[in-house]
Amino acid sequence: MATQTDFAYYYDGSFDGLMCCVFESYEQKEIPVDILTAAAAPQLFSGRTIPTDPHRADRVLASIPKKLGPAALSFVKHAFLTCLPRKELYILLFLRLGYKHGPAVMNMLADGIVNTLFKAVNHLNRESHLLKGFLRFSVCNGVLVGEIEPKNFVLPLLTRHFCERYPEERFLIVDKTHGMGLLYQPHQAKVVPIAGLELPELGEDEQTFRELWQLFYDTIAIRERYNPACRMSHMPKRYWKYMTEFDRPQDSVKPKQLPSAGKLLNPAAGAEN
Amino acid sequence: MDIFDKLKILTDAAKYDVACTSSGVDKRATAGGIGNAAACGICHSFSADGRCISLLKVLMTNICAYDCKYCVNRRSNDTPRAAFTPRELAELTINFYRRNYIEGLFLSSGVLKNPDHTCEQMIEALRILRDDYRFSGYIHAKAIPGADSALITRLGMLADRMSVNIELPSQSSLRLLAPDKSKESIFAPMGHIRETIRENARDIVRYRHAPKFAPAGQSTQMIIGATPDTDYQILNLTENLYKKYNLKRVFFSAYTPVAEDSLLPAPDTKPQLWREHRLYQADWLLRYYDFTADELLDQQHQNFNPYLDPKCTWALNNLHFFPVDVNRAAYRDLLRIPGIGVTSAKRIITARRTGALRIDDLKNLGVVLKRARVFITCGGKTADGVKITENTMLRSLLSAKTLEQYRFGFALEQLALFDQPPTHPYAGRTNDNGYPDGLRLLL
Repeated sequence: MATQTDFAYYYDGSFDGLMCCVFESYEQKEIPVDILTAAAAPQLFSGRTIPTDPHRADRVLASIPKKLGPAALSFVKHAFLTCLPRKELYILLFLRLGYKHGPAVMNMLADGIVNTLFKAVNHLNRESHLLKGFLRFSVCNGVLVGEIEPKNFVLPLLTRHFCERYPEERFLIVDKTHGMGLLYQPHQAKVVPIAGLELPELGEDEQTFRELWQLFYDTIAIRERYNPACRMSHMPKRYWKYMTEFDRPQDSVKPKQLPSAGKLLNPAAGAEN
Repeated sequence: MDIFDKLKILTDAAKYDVACTSSGVDKRATAGGIGNAAACGICHSFSADGRCISLLKVLMTNICAYDCKYCVNRRSNDTPRAAFTPRELAELTINFYRRNYIEGLFLSSGVLKNPDHTCEQMIEALRILRDDYRFSGYIHAKAIPGADSALITRLGMLADRMSVNIELPSQSSLRLLAPDKSKESIFAPMGHIRETIRENARDIVRYRHAPKFAPAGQSTQMIIGATPDTDYQILNLTENLYKKYNLKRVFFSAYTPVAEDSLLPAPDTKPQLWREHRLYQADWLLRYYDFTADELLDQQHQNFNPYLDPKCTWALNNLHFFPVDVNRAAYRDLLRIPGIGVTSAKRIITARRTGALRIDDLKNLGVVLKRARVFITCGGKTADGVKITENTMLRSLLSAKTLEQYRFGFALEQLALFDQPPTHPYAGRTNDNGYPDGLRLLL
């Protein structure tokens, strides 16, 4: 029987590091009061630093699909990407529950721990689904660049979708919340830390397509059905910040004078600036 | 005319088409191509009216040979006209798609010269997208009634979804407001699309790489409130379309006045949005909740209650069905409890495998108990302080004010609550013979 301790575990913030905390918890037959990254909460609790040992992490990782089923492993990996406060402790408690009950743990939706994690993962999935639509690219020097500010760490969940969507393009998605970026060039993708990013001045074509999109956005709405509350519930305002259709002075809905169609749609005019 | 003017005119003319989904097909880009499609569909934005934007929804042209009275593009309407060239349209689509503004293209058209010519223009635009750009994103094409069936087949080979709009729910309404269209001109292409989808499905079994015809199926829409058709007629027609024509979706569009005509509701008539909403709710009950049209409305009750959604109305008419024990009830029965939807029902089924659920557990599962609690028991127990009676059920579904109005009757308060005086010629008229417009004959 594991004892509840009054100290925290400190780990390096990696998934492997967390798996080592799980190992430690079983080895010492104890449940820490919290699991923290040293960077996030220096010495808030008295605690023990758990070193990341790939060998130990692998043992835990291998045991999860064996004892809890493959669905639980992918669930735990997703849970680690969420913005749930104290997600590390919840994951530990979930795994302890799972080692006891087996794969049935995935059905124990009425349990407080399982339930909290399911809600957090749903939030993650929902946010990543929304961003598949709400993310906007600008074409800069032939590269598609988009910025997002998600609550959860969604980049790993967006990777496959956008790589399949634009297999022949080069693109970059910057997650400003987490300071990370998804880099893609045919045919490889990488998630890397990105500190700051200054977009170059927009080219003429880019500006034109933005304004065409804004024109479309304004025109498609039916005046007699105006319903801002409904729009807001489907598309919360925090997503608007990086969406092209809202990127303009709010009172100017009329498009400016713009280059003619011939220039715009003449293939001979060359690639994007 | 520059591309901005064209886009404005041809978007403005297309916006009354309500189909917006990009769902029903899963695809990856071909080698050297661009575009994928997610089966769940992806919304890229929501317009100021709260409707989803997932496709570039435009007309090929709004120049039209027809003169349908309800339509903004009718020949006799004095409105600016424009036409995209197939290449313009394809390039606009690709450039929007690259920037992740859209999931693909929704292409409809006015009838330029004749249906065949129009259809050929659309085919050329889609061919450029599919062949020149190797575009695998979503394309929804409207079949042009009257076009040669070989052309419709070609169009469907290039599109993911096809639709033919019914426009008006009955033959007599059509005759009245869309004299150039007939039930044959609508149901012939719909039947052709259904048959081609069936044949194509057989081909795919035989030859794995057979090109797919409208893999995301076909849909339709009809206008609500321009004619005196009742909700019962509309819902029965909808049910038949799902059953007989294998439609993936039926969309409803509350009539928004775009023309003045003695046969149409007055121009200041507000669109019957609540009625459209009730029809969509009922449509969900048909598609996902295993209800039939006859359970929701009948000869005596031809229209939906403005105060209560169709499922709650059904619950009040079937009190003998309740309470339902959430620990024992089948999925289908769980779905009939007011307040419990597909997500909650599935969670209940999953969670109860690991142990009996108490009322408090349901809260944890995210079941909204506000309405549900007076309709359910858990292992024979009701929620604390809840007595399951007709009265408590009514109260749980209605506010005190609307409860009174509900009991008082139905016809009067419609005016009070929605403040929609009957301004069009059919308001207040009732149907006396059930199917006055030969709806049954239509199908």
